[in-house]
Amino acid sequence: MELSGAQIVVQSLKDEGVEHVFGYPGGSVLHIYDAIFQQEDVRHVLVRHEQGATHAADGYARATGKPGVVLVTSGPGATNAVTGIATAHLDSIPMVVITGQVPSPLIGSDAFQEVDTIGITRPCVKHNFLVKRVEDLAETMKKAFHIANTGRPGPVVVDIPKDVTDPNIKVPYEYPSKVKMRSYSPVEKGHLGQIKKAVELMMGAKRPVIYSGGGVVIGDASAELTELVQKTGFPITNTLMGLGAYPGTDNQNIGMLGMHGTYEANMAMHETDVLVAIGARFDDRVTGKIAEFCPHAKIIHIDVDPASISKNVRIDIPIVGQVKSVLNDMLRILTEREILADADALDAWWKQIESWRAVKCLEYPKSDEVIKPQFAVDTLHKVTDGGLYLTSDVGQHQMFAAQYYPFDKPRRWVNSGGLGTMGFGLPAAIGVQMAHPDATVACITGEASILMCIQELATCKQYNLPLKIILLNNGYMGMVRQWQEMFYEGRYSHSYVDALPDFVELAESFGHVGMRIDKPGELAAGFEEAFSRKDELVFIDVVVDPSENVYPMIEAGKGHHQMHLSPQQATERELA
Amino acid sequence: MRHIISILMENEAGALSRVAGLFTARGYNIESLSVAPTEDQTLSRMTLVTIGDERVIEQITKQLNKLVDVVKLVDLSEGIHIEREMMMIKVRAEMGMREEIKRLSDIFRGKIIDVTDTSYVVEMTGDSSKLDSFVRAIPEELIIEVVRTGASGISRGPKALTL
Repeated sequence: MELSGAQIVVQSLKDEGVEHVFGYPGGSVLHIYDAIFQQEDVRHVLVRHEQGATHAADGYARATGKPGVVLVTSGPGATNAVTGIATAHLDSIPMVVITGQVPSPLIGSDAFQEVDTIGITRPCVKHNFLVKRVEDLAETMKKAFHIANTGRPGPVVVDIPKDVTDPNIKVPYEYPSKVKMRSYSPVEKGHLGQIKKAVELMMGAKRPVIYSGGGVVIGDASAELTELVQKTGFPITNTLMGLGAYPGTDNQNIGMLGMHGTYEANMAMHETDVLVAIGARFDDRVTGKIAEFCPHAKIIHIDVDPASISKNVRIDIPIVGQVKSVLNDMLRILTEREILADADALDAWWKQIESWRAVKCLEYPKSDEVIKPQFAVDTLHKVTDGGLYLTSDVGQHQMFAAQYYPFDKPRRWVNSGGLGTMGFGLPAAIGVQMAHPDATVACITGEASILMCIQELATCKQYNLPLKIILLNNGYMGMVRQWQEMFYEGRYSHSYVDALPDFVELAESFGHVGMRIDKPGELAAGFEEAFSRKDELVFIDVVVDPSENVYPMIEAGKGHHQMHLSPQQATERELA
Repeated sequence: MRHIISILMENEAGALSRVAGLFTARGYNIESLSVAPTEDQTLSRMTLVTIGDERVIEQITKQLNKLVDVVKLVDLSEGIHIEREMMMIKVRAEMGMREEIKRLSDIFRGKIIDVTDTSYVVEMTGDSSKLDSFVRAIPEELIIEVVRTGASGISRGPKALTL
């Protein structure tokens, strides 16, 4: 088969099993767009801004585990995509981003819409390629998908100069069935000796904690993790990225940990003697002050990326391997050797944890007058029976969602954890809905975040995506305001969003349904109505208490035992 | 502590910038970096000198290994190894100093490879500290220009960094 470069791009996507490409056309990719026009297997989703394309592909990947694919033009097309590429990079999301480039002879001449895409994206991709010859295109595409989707996944950029996709130059095409790279061979299985040592340490623990992260979701190891937790009877805490990997409503789950984690999770971290970290990377939002992190614990760390081991925190037993494979080995050893945990110690440990849990750190003041944002998320959980695919933007609403909307399944919670990208939620929801057309997909957002990619409402209209957008509107950049209240003596520098649009009318102008709810008593009924509209996008402007803050909170640089439980209550004082 | 890391990487455009970029992005020190193709056209050999405590060096080698273009690497400082660097130094060589510099150069086993009425260029190889010593031995006001290649290294014995 002889194909042009443009046809090779599209055909290799087909051969890779790609169903959706999120993109935006422009000069350098016109040949590719022409090839897309002439086929029906790969569906192109036209976004309204390249950042939207990357977040949509990212959402698609998070919801399915398949790599998201993006197609954008050179210059501003590529630079607009950078935020989304970096977002995927920090959360280890598999993505292949095809960027057009100016024709080869013009590279380096400051041509129209030329940027050094390889140079600009280098620090925020897993790898990138500049394709110089059409003969290399198919193999490069294969490598890009291979790298994006194996080991610790991540985004891969393929930069293609326009002349490489010239429709008049055809070359023989064969998509490689396999790819072998001498410089890239990710680890699969963990070292058995290490795994055995880890099992012994775990089962000898008096106060064990399992701390699991996004790696369990990405590595499709939720079932294995669940089995391990239930078999051992250990408490488990999830990171923001790991929510849903173990059922959020189960009693062994002691909630999220870290800056806005639960009292019981953070206290358990502080007191644990054996910490089992699974697919988690000891991010600063999780560890707090490193010197005071898990001061009594031996630490086991399972991760596919060797560079994650002992990066921030010294690890006693590192295990490098795919989380799924390592957990399977652990489970097998546990069964074969019939090692039992120290039941008395575990019993005492759970009593301790229950006493922390009895503090009910997630209680919030009820109100008949104003809608508390926590109450809004609580109500959302009740109305939807916890069954949503929920994407989030970044800020207070994101933390409230993480705290009050427990997920029982993986890949249901889609948020920008590492980079904290405002504007992520709406386009990500587009990707999720494209991946799961029959699922109920909602986006929880704030009035500041949603405006960062609001243009994607037009994309939703074009493809009839019946998303439910839940805007917790407090009229502030809530998280910024919270920090200014706590650490800057209430000097609210530029955190007030003056001149907000009327979101109901805004949604309607895009052809969607807009609703406003401002009374707590009307919230459940309002949500019911919104979710009953199966075929329409409903934008719900929920007017919430402008002064509410996210608690518990550990200030940056403090230890896990130093939590603010409310404006009046801090554990540091109680425990000192 | 000072470490010499030797890297075999794919001889691809941009490979060097990936290594250099990694060091900038993660705030690691590079003391010197030298790179050239090997007998195998598809591979480049890079020698990198960096300074850091054990933990930093461990991260550096892991992060380097994580780069897709890096095929193999070794921290030469972990074993016995040979380090060499080449320097060309241009010095003012006038009147009484001509003899003095020649003598000094002989002591350090340097070669004078360019001579004018007023200057010498001395070529010298050795480990980096030897070159440092020579530079210190020449009176500062006589030094016109110093050009150093950065260190390269190889392990002693039959073991090698190859594919």
